Amino acid sequence: MLMADLRRTALYDLHVAQGARMVPYAGWEMPVQYPAGLMAEHLHTRQKAGLFDVGHMGQVVLRGKDVAAALESLVPADLQGLAEGRQRYGLLTSDGGGILDDLMIANKGDHLYLVVNAANAAQDVAHLRRLEAQGVTVEVADRSLLALQGPEAEAVLSALIPGVAAMKFMDSRDFDWNGATVWISRSGYTGEDGFEISLTHGQAQDFAQALLDHPQVAPIGLGARDSLRLEAGMPLYGNDMDAQTSPAQAALGWSIPKVRRRGGAREGGFPGADAILDELAAGPAVTRRGLRPEGRAPIRAGVAIHDTDQGGEPVGRVRSGGFGPSVGGPVAMAELPAGLGEDTPLWAELRGKRIPVALAPLPFITPHYKR
Amino acid sequence: MLKYTEDHEWLRVEGDEIVVGITAHASEQLGDVVFIELPEEGREVGAGDDVVVIESVKAASDIAAPVAGVITAVNAGLADTPGDVNADPLAAWFFRMKPTDMGAVEGFMDEAAYNDLIG
Repeated sequence: MLMADLRRTALYDLHVAQGARMVPYAGWEMPVQYPAGLMAEHLHTRQKAGLFDVGHMGQVVLRGKDVAAALESLVPADLQGLAEGRQRYGLLTSDGGGILDDLMIANKGDHLYLVVNAANAAQDVAHLRRLEAQGVTVEVADRSLLALQGPEAEAVLSALIPGVAAMKFMDSRDFDWNGATVWISRSGYTGEDGFEISLTHGQAQDFAQALLDHPQVAPIGLGARDSLRLEAGMPLYGNDMDAQTSPAQAALGWSIPKVRRRGGAREGGFPGADAILDELAAGPAVTRRGLRPEGRAPIRAGVAIHDTDQGGEPVGRVRSGGFGPSVGGPVAMAELPAGLGEDTPLWAELRGKRIPVALAPLPFITPHYKR
Repeated sequence: MLKYTEDHEWLRVEGDEIVVGITAHASEQLGDVVFIELPEEGREVGAGDDVVVIESVKAASDIAAPVAGVITAVNAGLADTPGDVNADPLAAWFFRMKPTDMGAVEGFMDEAAYNDLIG
């Protein structure tokens, strides 16, 4: 794709002014890193506060009587039990039992507010329009989206909007800032405490600059966003899951509560339910597991995993992998047989050599959420 | 005096050997280096043979032998502190080699020509 065909967020000029290296990503021209570099940006986020432009992500508002019940026909989550002012993680499933996208769903009282992946946004909106037959209106919220993540995020953001300090993890509320409404949730994609902030394009640059003026805040690119989420054990759509990966295979069965499973009061009723629920009950043949390679060489997406140090067929493959700056070594998430015991010896095939890798619990770091 | 290759390596002639590393431009493009695999000392290499693997936070890259010859020494310490490549790329040498034909080194760029290349 030509750079000229790429969309730019409202913060494009700010990124360029900060010295960002801009790259094409999911149809957008986005900052992959700033002059500090991925490693420094990653560590800054874990130690202080990092500001991310996530304006490429899709924001959608659903309205209608019984909108939560309607969305349950596409998402196997408990949305009717989602309290006002709260947000929950969910999946859009396919008729074949795979995952069309993962998303956040907030109950904003008279509507649901959804945040979906940039690469899937257009397809998701078309899919959500199935709900129009149930009296739901689907509106794309053409707004900017920022994330402020890290242990100093609360102190920094509450200097602009004092009310955020009272929020807990996965709260979602509206606030006023300079005469306009800002939608804030206490959530993120780093394993750290932090906030995601939706605001008008017109406000975005001033708001981002106000955050960046704080000495604890640095701008963070997509490169560190990926290493932060990887260390936090969070899956990335397109890597760790796709339309050919089921919720249980992606180790996302936790997002499907008892009430939507076999024998639950609102069992099934979403695309692919039969296959998805059968597999959850029986246990999947393969699932997403954490891996720590020996040494310092990263093992990246596509690398084959073996259960012998030579010969044989692979038992799985890496779906996300790289260097974990906070871990201080390489980390990866792989699709592997579900029954492997923790001490099963495994090897990654890297440049024709077998590197020992150890199964490791996810996440690789200790998350710091404000419960 | 340093010579430069189109693959963004620098070469320093020392007697009948050359010392090889990568340029500041290359290290900036790679991003933070996290892993380096060096060749075995004594290995005979052809010009263009991949001899070093560099993994940055972003991707894996290969470094080629600029000329044919024999690897005579490697900077083994670099494997423990790969970030040195970003901190001081001219000091962070990868390997020394004894070229089969020292004359082959003369064909590489000088600093002015390299600076023109990277713009």
